[in-house]
Amino acid sequence: MSANGSVIQVNGLSKVYADGFEALKNVNLDITEGEIFALLGPNGAGKTTLINIICGIVNGSSGSVTIDGHDIVDGFRATRSLIGLVPQELTTETFESVWATVSFSRGLFGKPPDPGHLERVLKSLSLWDKKDNIIMTLSGGMKRRVLIAKALAHEPRILFLDEPTAGVDVELRQDMWAVVRDLRDSGVTIILTTHYIEEAEQIADRIGVINHGEIILVQDKDQLMRELGKKQLILDLDEPLDEFPQQLASYNLKFGAGPKEIIYSYDTQAKHTGITALLSELGSAGIRFHDVRTTQSSLEDIFVNLVKKIQ
Amino acid sequence: MNWFGIGAIYRFEMARMRRTLFQSIVAPVISTSLYFIVFGAAIGSRITEIDGVSYGSFIVPGLIMLSLLTESISNASFGIYFPRFSGTIYEVLSAPVSVVEIVLGYVGAAATKSIIIGGIILITANLFVDISVAHPIWMALFLLLTAVSFSLFGFILGVWADNWEKLAIVPTLIVTPLTFLGGSFYSISMLPEFWQKVTLFNPVVYLISGFRWSFYENADVAVGLSLAMTLAFLLVCLIAVSWIFKTGYRLRT
Repeated sequence: MSANGSVIQVNGLSKVYADGFEALKNVNLDITEGEIFALLGPNGAGKTTLINIICGIVNGSSGSVTIDGHDIVDGFRATRSLIGLVPQELTTETFESVWATVSFSRGLFGKPPDPGHLERVLKSLSLWDKKDNIIMTLSGGMKRRVLIAKALAHEPRILFLDEPTAGVDVELRQDMWAVVRDLRDSGVTIILTTHYIEEAEQIADRIGVINHGEIILVQDKDQLMRELGKKQLILDLDEPLDEFPQQLASYNLKFGAGPKEIIYSYDTQAKHTGITALLSELGSAGIRFHDVRTTQSSLEDIFVNLVKKIQ
Repeated sequence: MNWFGIGAIYRFEMARMRRTLFQSIVAPVISTSLYFIVFGAAIGSRITEIDGVSYGSFIVPGLIMLSLLTESISNASFGIYFPRFSGTIYEVLSAPVSVVEIVLGYVGAAATKSIIIGGIILITANLFVDISVAHPIWMALFLLLTAVSFSLFGFILGVWADNWEKLAIVPTLIVTPLTFLGGSFYSISMLPEFWQKVTLFNPVVYLISGFRWSFYENADVAVGLSLAMTLAFLLVCLIAVSWIFKTGYRLRT
């Protein structure tokens, strides 16, 4: 771990594929030990390329990555033995048993056999009763669990989860996130990518957004939600409104579902939200309403806005 | 060294042979028997002896080499190509195993399998003809060097191939013809002088010649030259494999 608490440091990392496609452009990123970091980005943004370079699957074109103070090229033994990877694709063996494949993974990462640990991993993923099953006979969800078990077989300190819940049913997703939380509680650093942004919102400590190979934002999740999240006050009017009176122009009101619904967006961080003044002005203008509710933008809204802004 | 890693790859590869044990053992036994029936009976009735060795016994080293070469190449090429094809190669590439360790695992397993098959053919052949091994240590050395060299070659092929057709094309169109034309079933001294010279460009001639010498002390080329050519082929394959991993060719691109 570096002096600033980073377990992974990515410095000026770029990747240009043989066909000239620039997948990563001068990426700089620090991952803090023990955190859950969610890397978000649209398809083709460079998430998987970044993970693959850090894990040693793809060579970077320029820049460097250090893990726990070791360079991923010169100190590949030290860095790779710290990492577990759950890939995006369901790339499991076909004819092996579950037990054989997790044993293979443990050995491959240089760890002596430890049936007790493998048993604990399989039980935590509800795979213990399937340990003698041939992988090709398992369902997609079960195969996904096998991939997680393989990644955990060698007791990694850093776990990469590349779209771990893609195509997985709700129950299994909840099980997986429970396992992820337990791992974080045991000190494992977790870096995940997901298209289920509400899951990232629930579980992540920090969020990174990548688009077109560039990191466009890295921020503490709660801070991000506060700073970029919008809160809206929605009023259901008694009578439809043709246009907003001039005296309400400063509130930037918008119509919602129809002329009987108006929306006021406000900044939760501001000293004055303006809600009291707005309600008073509405009363003065003779606009009556029968219901009031508020909504807050989700991480997904923030993410979509960010990506749109860049594009 | 990551011995657990090497062992994991080696055991994983050997497990495939265990899963197809019947096919792995029965296929070489049947094909060897067929060669004896076809070549031994049909040709052997016309060519009784070559260099003082009965024709049936003469073809045994060539038969073993034929299987050794094809099995080494197919086992090693499939061993590395299939994980590339299925995507499971990600795990090996992300593991703390060096180039040497990956090669030891994959090539070691492929070479072991082909040597076992070579042994099965030797035992099967012994049921048909009398076999004597004049230099068992040299025989084992040629067997080992050839199995390792061609397993390395198969590994390179498995990395190079980006479809199943390419995987099959080199063994089918290059290696098998070279083996048949490399003196497996005849002595190159039986060829016209011009073709004897042409045959010397076939690297398999040196392998079969050296291997046959270890059995019957008869060789088409000097045994030292056979050994040198085998080692040279091994060296070329080692250089190619180290280049593959250094550049990430088709693996980490």
